[in-house]
Amino acid sequence: MEIKKIIENLINDNEVCLFMKGTPDSPQCGFSMAVSNVLKHLKVNFKGINVLEDEKLRQGIKKFSDWPTIPQLYIKSEFIGGCDIVKEMFENGELKKIFEDKKII
Amino acid sequence: MAIPLDEIKRLIIDSIPDASIEIKDLMGDNNHYAATIISAKFNNLSKIDQHKLVYRALKGKMGNELHALSITTKGK
Repeated sequence: MEIKKIIENLINDNEVCLFMKGTPDSPQCGFSMAVSNVLKHLKVNFKGINVLEDEKLRQGIKKFSDWPTIPQLYIKSEFIGGCDIVKEMFENGELKKIFEDKKII
Repeated sequence: MAIPLDEIKRLIIDSIPDASIEIKDLMGDNNHYAATIISAKFNNLSKIDQHKLVYRALKGKMGNELHALSITTKGK
């Protein structure tokens, strides 16, 4: 299966999907850890996808979103942002509101 | 690999000439930066598109030579 299709399946099959370095329990990068911690703090169930296990996925996700860095957060198939945006949205309450509006928390 | 702070500033100004940029080298290692960038170009753009403008200005260096640049963007 081509990588674009694999990514589409992942973000369609998981309401909240975090492409990250490492796993939610063992993040391998501070930025991935920060986003993972925000999601845990909001008590959101999310699927963490470790891009370090798959180089094709690591490059593919950057192309898919036209976004050069990891982590990348998707909610209901929509790209929300990377670490800076997620942190900013968490601090100003926008992120919580998205999860509530989409009935995820 | 690392990029000097002035180089990052120059790349951003090249693409976003009205930008006021405050940039900090967080660790003093030319590799972990935090930048706040204010420009009228960000007006009416989503956060994602604002950050994409900055990434484009950095011409593919982000995620490669430049690992850690945290970005805050604001319109004006």
